[in-house]
Amino acid sequence: MACIEARGLRKSFGGTVALDGINLRVEDGRILGLIGPNGAGKTTALNAILGLTPYQGELRVLGRDPWMERDHLMRDVSFIADVAVLPRWLRVSQALDYLAGVHPRFDRTKAEGFLVKTSIRHDSKIKTLSKGMVTQLHLALVMAIEAKLLVLDEPTLGLDILFRKQFYDSLLNDYFDRNRTIVMTTHQVEEIQNVLTDVMFMDRGRIVFNCSMEEVESRYVEVMVHPEHLAAARASKPIDERQVFGRSILLFDLKPSPGRRQQLAAFGEARTPSIADLFLAIVGNQAGAAQGGAL
Amino acid sequence: MNGPSNINPPGVTHSNMASESDTGAQAFSSAAVSAGRPLYWSVRRELWENRAIYLAPLAVAAIYLCGFLVNVINLRRHMRTVAWTHETFAMPYEMVATVIMGTAFLVGIFYTLDALYGERRDRSILFWKSLPVSDLTVVLSKLIIPLAVLPLLSFAITVVTQFIMLLLSSVVLLGSGLNVATIWTHSSFIHVSLLLLYHIVTVHGLWYAPFYGWFLLVSAGAPRAPFVWAFLPPFVIVAVEKLTFNTSYLAAMLLHRLMGPEAPTPPGSSMMDVMASLTLARFLVEPGLWIGLGVAAVFVAAAIQVRRYRGPI
Repeated sequence: MACIEARGLRKSFGGTVALDGINLRVEDGRILGLIGPNGAGKTTALNAILGLTPYQGELRVLGRDPWMERDHLMRDVSFIADVAVLPRWLRVSQALDYLAGVHPRFDRTKAEGFLVKTSIRHDSKIKTLSKGMVTQLHLALVMAIEAKLLVLDEPTLGLDILFRKQFYDSLLNDYFDRNRTIVMTTHQVEEIQNVLTDVMFMDRGRIVFNCSMEEVESRYVEVMVHPEHLAAARASKPIDERQVFGRSILLFDLKPSPGRRQQLAAFGEARTPSIADLFLAIVGNQAGAAQGGAL
Repeated sequence: MNGPSNINPPGVTHSNMASESDTGAQAFSSAAVSAGRPLYWSVRRELWENRAIYLAPLAVAAIYLCGFLVNVINLRRHMRTVAWTHETFAMPYEMVATVIMGTAFLVGIFYTLDALYGERRDRSILFWKSLPVSDLTVVLSKLIIPLAVLPLLSFAITVVTQFIMLLLSSVVLLGSGLNVATIWTHSSFIHVSLLLLYHIVTVHGLWYAPFYGWFLLVSAGAPRAPFVWAFLPPFVIVAVEKLTFNTSYLAAMLLHRLMGPEAPTPPGSSMMDVMASLTLARFLVEPGLWIGLGVAAVFVAAAIQVRRYRGPI
């Protein structure tokens, strides 16, 4: 059984289609990054997975129907929305008490262990903590829950680069253990590139790209082409071209003929594209094409 | 998660073992964390967030005690000119009960109107919904506050305040020539307290339930300004009813609900007489009680459903 399984997942708000029949399968032990422009339907998809919103179509998370069984599901699922959802009036000690009281899988000692490493005091109210400290606290609470699935929706929004790095470091070192599954969205694509095992692009309610990171490496190649080879390289059907410092960088999909890598590498310096560039090439082109068609 | 894999018997694959032990652990923990535990902690959570629930009646009691002390000292100064009727003794005790219960009622209204609205406004609903606590438990914990916690708390505070008042007047009037024992007999402390407890449970806990149910429903659904959503619709309906049919059934109904199920008593009778007029038998056969509880149940069920659908605003 997969951790998350969706077939024909649809959701619309009034006339706006937020999820346009999504098929999705996330296996246990993966770290999936959900990347997409604003309004692509990422948060709606996560909300459906978390049982926060009703939907049409079929959805199973850890074998349960999230909308009907949210409270049961939340024993095995943890969730950090963006950082501002911890209630401001709550004290740190009360947060620990409450979680220990209601959550059968919360390990208070573990949470206190994480908090010792920070400057967060137990008698502080959340409204007196800085944004970075609130994130540290939320992460400490969530990491002390023995959950099977962790969902992060823009977890590092508004944090400085030090806190962002610390966040992903603790997530990988102290939390992730190959039995757990993590699904996250972020706009800081380059920062999670090395964290992910899988990446998925969403655009206008659809999944437009779904690939493991190994596949990205073996399938896509980006070549900074020497000017003399430019015509030949352009003739080799790149999926995208952009200019950096006057040099042309062409992106190729090797799937049609995997043997092409050597041949393409001869045009210039070849490397694996970053997720951000891949995203621009795949989603950016489609958006452009759709707009062109409409005009 | 790592634990079970270490004790795998040979031949049992890791994934099988893990899922089996998880099911076992789940069954065990559902038994351990029975329905009561999340409810208990959710009620405590409400008291952490809304300290006015106990601070407001306490503050009112403290202020009242100060006023009472001044009053007793004045009494002693004008001993001879005061007419010593039953009223002189009983009135301050009835008044403190009225004031504290009134405070608790008001706190209950403001509390329930904000209970399911505040968590949407400050987005913390996303945190609460990320925990294994059902919408039923959350809404019930917020209903228990006005139906049980506030009434019992205001009862306890009232009784303690009345007791302090008795002690104060005994000390001040000691040696004034007035028999202190008269004060204690006239106040009939135990009898009055029991009557008060009865009134609080029947009227504040059960009779007012539809009010709180309505406020919780509005609080769960209102896009903004729950106060307006709670009071404007009944007000408009009363006005339209008056204008169209020249009747005031809704107004009369709401007033009857607010005034309590006690029988109308002749003017001048004390509050305790009014409370005592409501015998348990009369209360239990009063159709208004059961209709009210039914209406409250509908409101609360609707509030639970609405909370499921609502996110931050």
